[in-house]
Amino acid sequence: MDLESVVKALNLKVRSGEDKLKKEVLGGYTGDLLSDVMANSKEGDLWITRQVHQNIVAVASLKEHAGIVLVQDSEPAKDTLEKAIKEGIPILVSELSGFEVTARLFNLIKKTA
Amino acid sequence: MLRAFRCDLHVHTCLSPCADLDMYPRAVVEKAIAENLDIIAICDHNASENMQFVLRLAEGKPLTVLPGIEITSSEEVHLLALFDTLTDLKKIQDIIYSHLSGTNREEVFGCQAIVNDQDEVEGFNERFLLGATKLPLLEIIHYVHECGGLAIACHIDRESFSVISQLGFIDPDTPFDALEVTRHTGIQGARVKYAELARYPFLVSSDAHFIKDIGQGVTTIFLEGGTIAELKMAFDHQGGRYVQE
Repeated sequence: MDLESVVKALNLKVRSGEDKLKKEVLGGYTGDLLSDVMANSKEGDLWITRQVHQNIVAVASLKEHAGIVLVQDSEPAKDTLEKAIKEGIPILVSELSGFEVTARLFNLIKKTA
Repeated sequence: MLRAFRCDLHVHTCLSPCADLDMYPRAVVEKAIAENLDIIAICDHNASENMQFVLRLAEGKPLTVLPGIEITSSEEVHLLALFDTLTDLKKIQDIIYSHLSGTNREEVFGCQAIVNDQDEVEGFNERFLLGATKLPLLEIIHYVHECGGLAIACHIDRESFSVISQLGFIDPDTPFDALEVTRHTGIQGARVKYAELARYPFLVSSDAHFIKDIGQGVTTIFLEGGTIAELKMAFDHQGGRYVQE
């Protein structure tokens, strides 16, 4: 399933990486501790987090994530957004909680698998 | 004259909910002297109401106490801020309180006792001191510097509340004055483990929450006196001042 379909299905607001929505979402990872995300997430994951610090862009880029979903309507910090635009990392915003976004994404991916 | 100062720059008092009640100001000062420490910094979580009493008790004693505070950023990173005076500390304290919400639940998080220099309980801090402020880390560092303080990343080798656990890595442009590690890692261990952070000075401190822990993490620093300016010179290797590794 590509990122664009996830954006539509979960009604996500696109804050950066509009031209990267054709990326394939292979899985998901939920976490706010960047050390944990760096250690355990995988390439192609859509990363679900509440953390808005600019290091999230570096982690998503390093791990080759499909994109980042910020939950609870959290907006990326200014420098985070600038970095994400520069590096072409999709940052998406959901008004839902991490629990709900995770559950919905899991069901979406399972359905198409 | 330049000499070696034994420093433990991260010590709590009973104001921190996670610290032992026996960490009242007099006990902290007496233990610091008994451990032959030259400089300690008192750093309670997001608060500083015991500071004036610790300072008063250290007057005329062979111990310098630096007013400090351990601030929790919005990313839940712990940062030490150290100052020369209570006035400087008060400026950052006001900023912290205006960005910290919630009320402490003593039965869950612990007691936040304000104890004076006569060992009397003056009251309790009602705020949720273990909570995170709404201030991003970089903004806090900026405020600390603006108030004339030093900003030190806490226990970067720990798995909780450290800049590395929360934010994955340290961007070498982050203007920390120093990075703190636990005695288990030590400065030499940190130089190996964090080779990419070579530009920063490292410190070991106790992060004492119990009296017995004071002085269990010590850094020897060569200084002419116990001031922020002297520490900064040592961190920058200026005027013969340095941190012993």
